[in-house]
Amino acid sequence: MEAFWIILTGSLVAVSCGLLGCFLILRQMVMVGDAISHAVLPGIVLAFLLSESRETLPMLLGAAALGVVTTLLIELFYKKARLQSDAAIGITFTWLFAIGIILISLFAGQVDLDQECVLYGEIAYVPLDLWITQGGLNMGPRTVWILGGLLLLLLALVTIGYKGLQITTFNPEYAAAIGISTAFWHYLLMSAVSVTTVLSFESVGAILVVAFLVVPPATAYLLTERLPRMLALTALFGVLSAVGGYYLAAAIDGSIAGAMSVVAGLLFTGAVLFRPRQGVFRRSSLEPLV
Amino acid sequence: MNSLIEFFSFSDPNVTIVVLGSVLLGASAAIVGCFTFLRKRALVGDAVAHAILPGVCVAFMLSGQKSPLILLTGAVISGWISLLAMDYIVNRTKLKADTAIGLVLTVFFGLGIMLLTAIQHSGSAGQAGLDKFLFGKAASMSRQDVMVFGTTALILLILVLVFFKEFKLVAFDPDYARSAGLPVRSLEFLLATITVLAVAVGIQAVGVVLMAALLITPASAARFWTDDIRMMVFLSAVFGVLSGIFGSYISYIAPAMPTGPWIVVLLSILAFGSVFFAPRQGILARLRLQRGNTRKMLAENILKTFYALGEKEGSFLRPRNTDALLQQRAFRPNTLKRGLRRLQRRNLLKKVSDGKWRLTEAGFEESSQIVRRHRLWELYLNKRLSLAADHVHNDAEAIEHILTPEVEAQLERDLGYPILDPHESKIPPGRSQK
Repeated sequence: MEAFWIILTGSLVAVSCGLLGCFLILRQMVMVGDAISHAVLPGIVLAFLLSESRETLPMLLGAAALGVVTTLLIELFYKKARLQSDAAIGITFTWLFAIGIILISLFAGQVDLDQECVLYGEIAYVPLDLWITQGGLNMGPRTVWILGGLLLLLLALVTIGYKGLQITTFNPEYAAAIGISTAFWHYLLMSAVSVTTVLSFESVGAILVVAFLVVPPATAYLLTERLPRMLALTALFGVLSAVGGYYLAAAIDGSIAGAMSVVAGLLFTGAVLFRPRQGVFRRSSLEPLV
Repeated sequence: MNSLIEFFSFSDPNVTIVVLGSVLLGASAAIVGCFTFLRKRALVGDAVAHAILPGVCVAFMLSGQKSPLILLTGAVISGWISLLAMDYIVNRTKLKADTAIGLVLTVFFGLGIMLLTAIQHSGSAGQAGLDKFLFGKAASMSRQDVMVFGTTALILLILVLVFFKEFKLVAFDPDYARSAGLPVRSLEFLLATITVLAVAVGIQAVGVVLMAALLITPASAARFWTDDIRMMVFLSAVFGVLSGIFGSYISYIAPAMPTGPWIVVLLSILAFGSVFFAPRQGILARLRLQRGNTRKMLAENILKTFYALGEKEGSFLRPRNTDALLQQRAFRPNTLKRGLRRLQRRNLLKKVSDGKWRLTEAGFEESSQIVRRHRLWELYLNKRLSLAADHVHNDAEAIEHILTPEVEAQLERDLGYPILDPHESKIPPGRSQK
């Protein structure tokens, strides 16, 4: 039963993050997602201190606020100070993450959080935190319910907002021309990323959130050119990573979150090796990184 | 106060070691970071920092010991593999650089975390402290650590100094460097190796997640103060050193405080200061320049409006009320009032009675110069670019504010000292022609 709950938690996070990740990849904003997932830390700590509890709502508000602060800071550096975008992202998230760690050290006695937990989560403890109704009915782990709700919300967002997201992603000029606000969809997507990050981070940690944001969508993107198929494949690879990661971690007695991102990476490597012919001949015009 | 003296007298050998370590690591990362920054590879450094973790773990698993040299070797190898992986993804698949960076970062880091936890759970002797790679351990660096990492940092500094000119070319214009016969591929390889090394040693101070700051933040801050790469590298190193010293100081007076995050916060404060207050390139300097330009344009437009009204009625110095001005040209009423007051302070306008203003002698002179530039440009567009007379006004509206006296003189010469513009209006004489 424990294995089931852990795999279910991992899969829920994987599918939620993957849905958003597809759009981040297509918009070339992966590193903004990475930045947000680190930068929400001070928001979570502050929410912790102010509400003196580990309730979901204050943490969500704190994280959402910091998510917006992150996006605004990056834009301030990039647009107003004309700093190149990679440096703008780097300065912003390291600064906020450092503040988060300092806050944790300052209030170590009051904050039930540590750096390790922030980075790689405590998915193994998910089955211990049960939701028991007042009637004494055992409803299963609390986290699963929260993440399930999140996934439904994101599915609704992607279904209802499909057209807006799609048009602003593929052709922002056209979107602007027919009166669809690119800024609106941009901030909506960024808010969704911060909310997903904070809800997922408690169980899987910041790193696995980013791994699920990037790796399964990138794998899917190698195999298809069509957005609906990409979304479906992403969900499939996400779930496979969660299942495979659990058993890999069990086999070598290591971190489950770490193992899940390793399996996601293996799936990606497989896709690179066995992708359809078209992929091999498509060369990016970008400069080499090394 | 006592602690300040105690700290900076370096009487405590531990303090000396920690400060020396932080300063060397900070400075080498800051200097190497300048090139990473200029080549727009800032986040590649972030990915390399994360990718070093599995190498450290494998090195420990194979050797069974925590000797800094062995761990450093493992770190450099896996850092290099991550670079090659990113390179492959960008060049051989349709995925873009940001995806490649994020992908390599998380997969390598996930692998590192998995191995690290597996080592911890195996209960192998001597594994304690391996996790310091995650969050840095500036405050607990041993003499041996400082020896190894400090020496590496020194080697990096020397390499950068020796190859400074070559790296500069590779960073700014690799195509030119290639055509000048430089071995660009080898230089890029060297630069990448130096970056991986700088990251591997820098992690000792601030840890994996914050390593990016040590590379990016001082370089970005330095960029705001200068356009000269030598100055930029120097300033970046100074920022790195300063935050290294004060970061160690803070965790000296408050031992519960983590050194790494404080170093990063101090660096960020320096960066914020630079972003806002640097002369010329800072946000405030740019806003000031922008405001100055807006005010100048407003003043010139108001003067021009007085001139136009005067030309219509044949009397330039007659008082005008704001309504008349607003009828001639669409100002925002409040903006107009502020502009009028500013012109009065400059003695270009005189307030005659409530709501009525007239040009002073100097104001009239100033206004005719603006009109002159406007009409000369209209004529130039009409004559030399053969634009229709009714198509030249908007362009002249913009350029009249920025034409220099030199260009003005040249226009006049070029057009044969004209008297009338394309609309048959008189071009006012220049200052020298009176």
